[in-house]
Amino acid sequence: MVETFVNLLVQGVLIGGLYALFALGLSLSLGVMRFVNLAHGDLIVVASFAILAICSALGWSPFLVGLLLTPLAFGVGWALQRLLLQPTVGKGILPVLLVTFGLSIIIQNGLLQTFGANTRKLSGGVVEVLAFRVGFIDIGVYPLLVFIVAAVCIGGLEAFLYRTSTGARIRAVADDPGAADLIGLSSKQIYAVAMGVVAVTMMISATAMSVWSNFDPAIGPSRMLLAFEAVVLGGLGSLWGTLLGGIILGVAQNLGSQVDASWQILAQHLVFLIALVLRPQGLLSRG
Amino acid sequence: MTAPLLEVEKLCVFYDHFQAVHNVDLTVGAGEIVSIIGANGAGKSSFLKALVRQAGRSTGSARFEGVDLSTLETREIVKLGVALVPEGRKLFPTLTVFENLRMGWELGRQGEIDLATVYKWFPVLQERREQRARELSGGQQQMVALGRALLANPKLLLCDEISLGLAPRIVNELYEIIPKVRDRGIGIVVVEQDITRSLAVADRFYCFLEGEVSLSGKPADVDRASILQHYFGA
Repeated sequence: MVETFVNLLVQGVLIGGLYALFALGLSLSLGVMRFVNLAHGDLIVVASFAILAICSALGWSPFLVGLLLTPLAFGVGWALQRLLLQPTVGKGILPVLLVTFGLSIIIQNGLLQTFGANTRKLSGGVVEVLAFRVGFIDIGVYPLLVFIVAAVCIGGLEAFLYRTSTGARIRAVADDPGAADLIGLSSKQIYAVAMGVVAVTMMISATAMSVWSNFDPAIGPSRMLLAFEAVVLGGLGSLWGTLLGGIILGVAQNLGSQVDASWQILAQHLVFLIALVLRPQGLLSRG
Repeated sequence: MTAPLLEVEKLCVFYDHFQAVHNVDLTVGAGEIVSIIGANGAGKSSFLKALVRQAGRSTGSARFEGVDLSTLETREIVKLGVALVPEGRKLFPTLTVFENLRMGWELGRQGEIDLATVYKWFPVLQERREQRARELSGGQQQMVALGRALLANPKLLLCDEISLGLAPRIVNELYEIIPKVRDRGIGIVVVEQDITRSLAVADRFYCFLEGEVSLSGKPADVDRASILQHYFGA
């Protein structure tokens, strides 16, 4: 009984790493930039299908393709911000919600037309099935690697935001874009750079997801919801809080599934709701 | 006679259909302190913002060292040597004092005014360099705003209501710096509602009334009654 419980906890923690990866970009755009992107999940799914298309055509490893597409992702994020999202900035919450909601619909239907409705999954090779045992705890190598990647990404993004000049500029624009423009710091350029960074995290997340689990054109909104809950649970603006949020959701899902399979998602939402009531500012909110 | 640092001719500023500034002509020389005084809503801040291309639509011309500012973006104007201390300080509240100051250095021209200079002028900022800007008092925040603009090593410093809402002792500290900056050959435009303080440091002044220059000259050449008349329009 104890062994099962501890195993469930460990597996929950490890899947929390994947959820944190989903949420990392959203944590930056929502938590730091105060920018609500409803197409966040769909953009991750687009990236997954891009990896799928290249892997299918060339037979390469999805990890290699994900790595090669990362610089391109930065450019796509940058262009998306400059061309589509920037005109909504500073006009209240509604325009950005409408534009990203519309983008979400377009992406889902575009993917449906192009790839069909079938669920897909990419093979990560032998790393997917490798596992080792520590005492009575079974640990999959791939989930552990994803967790480590999530931790490294969060550490890297934290260092980028709080130890570099560009990071300080992103936080400055998040504080007050008008003030930034007044002293010659172009908020448009900084928003575009930030969205480029968000897109890089999306590509990393898409690579991890496409090997870990099935995906299809309609899965974006559920991924977005998961990411949103992880960000809010962890605390807006706190990247490590996002990891903690992902872990809590992962553990809640695993424990909930022991009650009944249908309780998996319900447990996730219940934990989110309870945490929201008890600590609405999030667990590790950056003041 | 040397050409002025800043030469403004017939500058108008519009916010949609509302005209905030009407045909203002103004010059500022290197190492000169020019005060712009006027009541609330006289168009002083709009005028300054128009110079750095952050006001609404503007017409007329503003030339800095002969360069037409209307063709440039704000960041290019800052690089050229024009820095603004905005009304209300406009610091980045979650950034530390050091990060706020560094922003001015990085965006500006990187000259002889460095962090050490600013810390010498405002020692309290060195003590609090790791504190977030929002944790500072109003006076200390104004010091950061002034320090940030000075770290851009401007040739022309635009100060918008730096005394607003501050205790007289703090305002005195801030105004002690202005002549030191001028002594480095930097032209300074000081926008204030406080006539006495503003004219005390100025080489020349312009009085704005409802977006127009109602009076200009040297403070010593104009009597107070006349200034008040043009200030209030009575």
